Amino acid sequence: MRIKFHQSLGDLREKLLVMAGMAEQAIQRSIEAYRTRDLSICELVFRSEPAINRLEREIDQLALDLLAMEQPMAIDLRFILSVIRINADLERVGDQAVNIAVRVREMGAFANIDLPVDIPKLASLASAMVRKALQAFIEADAELADAVLQLDDQVDAMNDAAFVELSGLIRDRPDLTPQSLNALIIARNLERVGDHATNIAEDVIFWVRGADVRHSATNL
Amino acid sequence: MGVGIQVEHLNAWYGKVHTLQDINLPIPANQATALIGPSGCGKSTFVRCLNRMHETIAGARAEGSVRIGDMDVYKDASPVAIRRRIGMVFQRPNPFPTMSIYDNIATGVKLGGAPKRKVLNEIVERSLRQAALWDEVKDDLRKKSGASLSGGQQQRLCMARALAIDPEVLVMDEPTSALDPISTSKIEDLIFELKTQYTIVIVTHNMQQAARVAENTGFFLNGKLVEFSPTHKIFTNPSDKRTEDYITGRFG
Repeated sequence: MRIKFHQSLGDLREKLLVMAGMAEQAIQRSIEAYRTRDLSICELVFRSEPAINRLEREIDQLALDLLAMEQPMAIDLRFILSVIRINADLERVGDQAVNIAVRVREMGAFANIDLPVDIPKLASLASAMVRKALQAFIEADAELADAVLQLDDQVDAMNDAAFVELSGLIRDRPDLTPQSLNALIIARNLERVGDHATNIAEDVIFWVRGADVRHSATNL
Repeated sequence: MGVGIQVEHLNAWYGKVHTLQDINLPIPANQATALIGPSGCGKSTFVRCLNRMHETIAGARAEGSVRIGDMDVYKDASPVAIRRRIGMVFQRPNPFPTMSIYDNIATGVKLGGAPKRKVLNEIVERSLRQAALWDEVKDDLRKKSGASLSGGQQQRLCMARALAIDPEVLVMDEPTSALDPISTSKIEDLIFELKTQYTIVIVTHNMQQAARVAENTGFFLNGKLVEFSPTHKIFTNPSDKRTEDYITGRFG
């Protein structure tokens, strides 16, 4: 039944997975650029952004067409609404990757010093959240999505700790202010990536269970 | 004013075929309640049981309780009395073809006792205004026959005819399936306006229509009421997998 419509839903899903792959790759590259201070990797991140933006518009248009022409109901309606939201979150993940790459480029002008913040660890936590949220989407697994929500506290705690450590460093070693500020902003960018992963997980739960768990007490 | 309908343990048969099985359903007053489901699921049989039209078919019978307000349809009242409280509009407009527009509406009123001419004129005008048809036919009330109107106008004439006897409930069995989109939208606007005065039950194959007009929706399948919920819930997050499969087009 409704063969054409269900094929289109499949197309929408495939496109979102392509979008997810691009956003994930952008974040991975920006972290790799931080780790190696390799500005050529920053360039790759900058160059991937227009493609992510283009795909965002394409997915939104397909979703809009389906809403207008197929009048989806129930789980199909929730799926399309979730795709629209996840699409926006993935585009923002791409933006965060660009923000991080911009900071890494700035840091290139200064000595590469040891900072009291484990950016790669924070990055791997935030990326794991994104990956698990997308896995939950791929498998329509609301329980896995629940697990993603729990991880956000760790990312937030690491970001808070980074703030304390780095503001302390700025106070004690004003000469390291540029590096500290850039690292602070990168930690903040990664914390935002975790928030987007949280949003994606919430959208998966909404799609699968029909429950709106946003802003609920358990994930404050 | 509209009145609520309480249906409890309603069963219906055509001969030996058990077409409605233990239906329990509260239809709230002054709201529109939509009934959806695939062909042959029992929704039309259900509405025909509300005013005891089902039993007019040879071999058909019904058991259970249908209460319209305080009146038990199957115990307390004659079918004629019940049908004065429940107006019906059907899928295909069925005006009395040779009667004038005026007589189409006046005849049913006269059957319930002949009011004075002035009162009858008022009833005809009120009913046609309620059905949003007055402006289109007021100059031809006695000149034109019911059959001379367009399909959409005929259906509104049938609604006016149903409203003329001042019912409390208006039952519509796929009232727009033979109409174009503009006529359909007029009927839907009417449902919205008439809810303030009547309780409305609408059987529809058009799920978007149910979503647009009804506060509550019931899903029938194989003679059973699978789910009865607020319409927004049925169409965004139904409780039963069978409802979800039906409204998302995965079977039916």
